[in-house]
Amino acid sequence: MEFYLTALLQGLCFAGIAVGIYISMKIFNIPDITTDGSYTLGGMLTGTLLTHAFPWYLGGAAAILAGAIAGAITGVIHTKLKIHALLAGILVSTALYSINIIVAGRSNLPLINLSSVFSMVTFTNDFNLNSLFILLLLVGAVIAITGYLLKTDFGIAMRATGNSETMIRALGVNTDRMKIIGLAIANSLTALSGFLMTQQQGYADISMGIGIVIIGLGSVIIGDTLINRFNVTSVWKTLILVVAGAVVFQLLLAVTLSLGVNANLLKLVTAVLVLLFVSLPRLTLSRQND
Amino acid sequence: MIKLSNISKTFNAGKPNEVKAVQNLNLEIAPQDYLVIVGANGSGKSTLLNLVAGSLLPSAGTIDIDGQLVTSFKDFERSKWIARVFQNPLSGTAPDLSILDNFRLAALRTKNKVLRIGTTNQFKADVKDKVALLGMGLENKLDQDMGTLSGGQRQALTLIMSVMDECKILLLDEPTAALDPRSADLVMKTADRLIKDFKLTAILITHNLKDAHFYGNRLVLMGEGQIFKDFSCESKLSLTQNDLFSWFS
Repeated sequence: MEFYLTALLQGLCFAGIAVGIYISMKIFNIPDITTDGSYTLGGMLTGTLLTHAFPWYLGGAAAILAGAIAGAITGVIHTKLKIHALLAGILVSTALYSINIIVAGRSNLPLINLSSVFSMVTFTNDFNLNSLFILLLLVGAVIAITGYLLKTDFGIAMRATGNSETMIRALGVNTDRMKIIGLAIANSLTALSGFLMTQQQGYADISMGIGIVIIGLGSVIIGDTLINRFNVTSVWKTLILVVAGAVVFQLLLAVTLSLGVNANLLKLVTAVLVLLFVSLPRLTLSRQND
Repeated sequence: MIKLSNISKTFNAGKPNEVKAVQNLNLEIAPQDYLVIVGANGSGKSTLLNLVAGSLLPSAGTIDIDGQLVTSFKDFERSKWIARVFQNPLSGTAPDLSILDNFRLAALRTKNKVLRIGTTNQFKADVKDKVALLGMGLENKLDQDMGTLSGGQRQALTLIMSVMDECKILLLDEPTAALDPRSADLVMKTADRLIKDFKLTAILITHNLKDAHFYGNRLVLMGEGQIFKDFSCESKLSLTQNDLFSWFS
């Protein structure tokens, strides 16, 4: 049970990445690889500040701000220099690898016996259960704030930017600026995931972000399958299902591990799972069309 | 209202595939004029409209709108005066957003989109009244995605959307090219009514010579990036449809 609870906690930690990828991928139609770098940036920055005895909320604020800057840089490279979004993201996440080592001064930061976001309040003495309550609160706040944002006039303009660029420009929106802001928001959410995960697992590591974009993509795709299945149109329910996608993804990985799959094969299993989710709707569709 | 002075637009300048889309063109459009532009494909009509809208910036010359020099203004900066209906019904609306959200954005064309929820019940009631004017029964489907509607319905809604906010100039780029004859007729009539009711200055590009003859108070024939013929008010009235057809034969 403890094993699955940990998977659930990890899934909730990834809620930020899932919502972030949802914004960049589904709303703006931009495949954003900056994610790999900004996730690690959030984690390493948190680790560094915590080991220097700064309080957790400063770590969180720094992570969110740094993630936003990273995303904005990708946005500027993509929109102003007209470089393909994929390449812009890869460039920034590559550069961030060095930045992350400079920030932490080393490639690995253990966080043993330090105060963290998970010790801010004590609901129960069971550390994992307490973490679950705190994570549920934080993820609830992320969904509430992002959902509200997407329902405002600004949010509608954001959604229209990825949907019909000619229309929204004719309606007076600077789409370049909108994309830069969108990528900044997406990457600040990703960095928030790095902030949470670092404290949940008790260490920050320079390689923690490698391939993490796949986790976000997988979560969004699972969420999307659920959204289409239940015909969801409400912004709130959509975000809840995207977060549910992140949790389901981690639980599926936990199940495969508990079936005795070698832990070294974890990334392979992850990739195969994502492939499965991407192709599943098409496979069932093509059968209906036959 | 709109003044183009010595406007030129050259694509791929200096390369073998250089195209002089618009050359040294002068055009002045008075307030509340309804200008219809006809011309063969590649005559520069769409380029001219994009230059007015700001989607393209001119290679040379100046553009004035409402007495203000806007030559270097981009499309999203000129939206303060200009509303557009595109040839492709998909371009003028956002398919994955609800009809209501599309109207909300249109109602903010000249304003900032701020962090406030604007799709209130009051706003919804306003949109309902406006959409009901079309008589298409769409007023009860405001929460439906725009993408579920037909091209004709979307084009008609785009027209209504253009007058949701203060509007001075309406640009119609072959708005009926993708529509069946009945929808096309409805869209043209709606456009004509809005232009009169809201006292708009309008430019219509069309390949339908019947529409070109029937609508508008000024007719321009374009070719090779220049204005070949220009008929205003009375001289346009004296034109027959056969005159128009003879230009293209």
